[in-house]
Amino acid sequence: MIKASTNLAPSLEAILGASRVVSDAAACSNYAVDKIIPTVVARPASAEQVAEIVRFAALEKLAVIPCGSRTKLGIGMPPARYDIALDLTAINQIAHYDPGDLTLGVDAGTPLAQLNAVLFEHHQFLPLLVPFYSLSTIGGTVASGLHSPLQQFYGTARDFLIGAEFVTGTGALTKSGGRVVKNVTGYDLHKLLIGSLGTLAVITRLNFRTFPAPIAGSRGFVASFPTQEGALALRRKIMESRLTPLTLDVLSPALAQIFTTQTSATPEVSAFGRENRSTNPASLPPIGDWFRPREWQLCAAFAGPPEVMDRYTRDLIRYAGESRAASTAFLDDTTRPSVWGRLRESLSLLLEASPATAIFKLSVLPAQHAALLANLQEIASCASLPHALVARARGTIYFALLPPSANDETTARLANAATQIFDSVSASGGHATLLFAPLALKHLLFVLDGFAETRVNIRGSSRSDLPLMRRLKSAFDPQNILAPGRFV
Amino acid sequence: MPPGLVRELEKLLGDGSVLFKPEDLLLYEYDGSIEKGRPDVVVFSQSTEDVSRIVKLAAKYNVPVVGRGAGTGLSGGALARTGGVMIVFARMNRILEVDDENQRAVVQPGVVNYDLTRAAEPHGLYFAPDPSSWKSCTIGGNVAENAGGPHTLAYGVTTNHVTALELVLPDGETVRVGSKHGDAPGYDLSGLFVGSEGTLALVTEITVKLSRKPEAVKTLLAIFDSVDDAADTVVDITARAITPAACEMLDGWTLRTIEDYIHAGFPLDSAAVLLIEVEGLTEAVAAQTAAVTEVCNAHQAREVRVACDDAERELIWKGRKNAFGALGRLAPSNYVLDGVIPRSKLPQTLRRIQQIGEQYGFQIGNIFHAGDGNLHPIVLYDPRDSAQFERALKAASEIIRYCVEVGGALTGEHGVGMEKSELMPLLFSDADFELMRRVHDAFNPDSSLNPGKIFPLNKGCGEIRVRKQPALPTSAS
Repeated sequence: MIKASTNLAPSLEAILGASRVVSDAAACSNYAVDKIIPTVVARPASAEQVAEIVRFAALEKLAVIPCGSRTKLGIGMPPARYDIALDLTAINQIAHYDPGDLTLGVDAGTPLAQLNAVLFEHHQFLPLLVPFYSLSTIGGTVASGLHSPLQQFYGTARDFLIGAEFVTGTGALTKSGGRVVKNVTGYDLHKLLIGSLGTLAVITRLNFRTFPAPIAGSRGFVASFPTQEGALALRRKIMESRLTPLTLDVLSPALAQIFTTQTSATPEVSAFGRENRSTNPASLPPIGDWFRPREWQLCAAFAGPPEVMDRYTRDLIRYAGESRAASTAFLDDTTRPSVWGRLRESLSLLLEASPATAIFKLSVLPAQHAALLANLQEIASCASLPHALVARARGTIYFALLPPSANDETTARLANAATQIFDSVSASGGHATLLFAPLALKHLLFVLDGFAETRVNIRGSSRSDLPLMRRLKSAFDPQNILAPGRFV
Repeated sequence: MPPGLVRELEKLLGDGSVLFKPEDLLLYEYDGSIEKGRPDVVVFSQSTEDVSRIVKLAAKYNVPVVGRGAGTGLSGGALARTGGVMIVFARMNRILEVDDENQRAVVQPGVVNYDLTRAAEPHGLYFAPDPSSWKSCTIGGNVAENAGGPHTLAYGVTTNHVTALELVLPDGETVRVGSKHGDAPGYDLSGLFVGSEGTLALVTEITVKLSRKPEAVKTLLAIFDSVDDAADTVVDITARAITPAACEMLDGWTLRTIEDYIHAGFPLDSAAVLLIEVEGLTEAVAAQTAAVTEVCNAHQAREVRVACDDAERELIWKGRKNAFGALGRLAPSNYVLDGVIPRSKLPQTLRRIQQIGEQYGFQIGNIFHAGDGNLHPIVLYDPRDSAQFERALKAASEIIRYCVEVGGALTGEHGVGMEKSELMPLLFSDADFELMRRVHDAFNPDSSLNPGKIFPLNKGCGEIRVRKQPALPTSAS
């Protein structure tokens, strides 16, 4: 491989100017992915500059990893190669926003919270309340494919991403979709970028459908149960009713416990160059005494005019009674943020809760949840691993193993449990991904079940559509320079 | 057409499943569009294995393959542009599973859209995408075209309701993409496939989401004396954070034509009507009905009628859904366009369509999904008058160009197909086409599946072109 390490920084400086390229060791280490440190960090100011850098990288066969605020770079396998960190945070403008059309075009590096602040001025929002919310960029949010608790009502990014501009692995500035909410002109290539971890293209702009924010306010509901069965029974009752809550989550007692003890929810992230960003901007308000952390919780949010809120209140109380809830509480605008901020930040709270947290994302149909949750807890208990989980009504479960210490013995136990979890989920007809894991664990297994090329994944099975995914990867990035090895 | 292919297909499927006589093929050279394209042989598959074997045979003889559902498409997607084998999915019409707790159904591609909703009904569920052709179009066709319908305003189009697919690739290999859950790890291949117009693979099984039927529905008919007032009402409903389940508009000329035929109770002297539906909890529907009425009145609605019962509601919808049939009484043929614009550009776009109609000598009717800016201008013409037909195509191209100029797209729900492939360069650059071509080739490297669709053939002349069809070799009468 031609590795122009010595000439790399000057070459990129020739494209971007000196102020947009950093190659000193300390700055580069801030961009490490799974402890692999890039040779140089480039911070382009435009999509055209991104394209120039990628063209240069393609010519030199240098590996590029795009990033935003680097909160979710731990997702995926360790990169096979990593030469250039492409920091997109300087490409951060709202390109167009038409409140009357409920459409928006926004640069990839725009902070999500800042974007929603603009939308809120027009009583609109983007229902992507994802973990690491206060730091995340919109591009990183889409590329990592993380969901929001609001997926219950609004769906996931694939339901409201209507177009994108991006730079492929050949350095071509390309687009798909458009600016209108209904559009079947050409292939929906932008959907492929969701959760692609930067492996297909560098996202430079995203077009969304926006949503009216609940005008009359929203309310929260929490019911607690001594057992998982009660909480799941209530969830099913709500799903089979005519109610359409905004969020609907079941939390295990351990996660409820973490909610009451953890107050910060933002892991430390070092910023580019000399810019200093507060490392802990999002302290969550303390949670009230009414929260019963030793029990299973069902949390729901709903919104509407007063008569609709009253209907929800009546029905939820009745359903909770029929499901033998131990207690119920309704949350107003003052008490709600304490729980809802934690629900949004469940993954970041779990990461803080152990020195070697392993979080699995499990996509499993809701009817299979009861049996699967019992299995998962059994697996964790047998391995003497503390665990916590949140199960969303649409079927996504986040299951965390929380060993009290990080060492080789812990890693071995995690690997053993992970294999059993993959098997258990697979047997229930679902799919498992090890979303966040200690690096030592990633060296033992492939984090996406069914994607392993070799038997590093002990299961070793592979999906029948894996060859198609590889062909798509080649179509977008023929030289495999974009985030190589992280995905397919 | 290699003679051996027909023999081998008959051996594989039986003679009742293979059509090759010119008079039998005639029916399959049309769809709902203005395009034509005749296959050399039509086959009816019964199973995924059949499809795989047919595709392998066609590959052996180096003949293209085109899939077809009910042939109701409006862009020529299911036509054999360069001849070859057409696989008709009408006999793969079994609903394999309705899973009420998980709100999923697994169907074969030939299942009729409406039949799925009927099968889901006993569980309190339904399939949300509802194109106007829902009583005859198939789910497979809906998937290929990413079909919409009036109620997609609130519930999304087909792609939002598809979670997994079984595909047969051009080499005959069978692959499953997505998952019943809908959130499989890896690239969203289902998301890529839905709306790819049969150019990537053939779909042989579909897993869809089913939606729970709302507790209450109210249908409002708002009557306006000016098209601008009606259009402004649509913009304002959105601005006030109301999301109706459907928001349809019919202009005065169109609704008079429909009224003459259907007697839906549309007022004959109005300039436009809005058909607005709100759904949800009883309490929410009451609040939204009041809010929508208020917005209509604020924009000088002459009258806002609320359907009192199901019969009244169905009559209003009958008028909307049978509109194209009603217009068919006025001219030998009609050309239904499909353009999409940002909804705030509705008033100016409707005025421009009017001007274009006058310029080319057509009365252009407008029936459309106003809520999501998806226009369906209708040009009435006589296909026997070739000069008039040419003018109709020019008028259509100009309307679609205007949609693009105001920030819209070429098609909201009908697809690019043969109809709009030459317009694609209005939106896409060479780099965009190159990537689309590479993605196409990752699935369909020899263009053996549905060739001549989506991609411009002539470097994009920027006009809608219809190829002259050669005469039948033998008399079909």
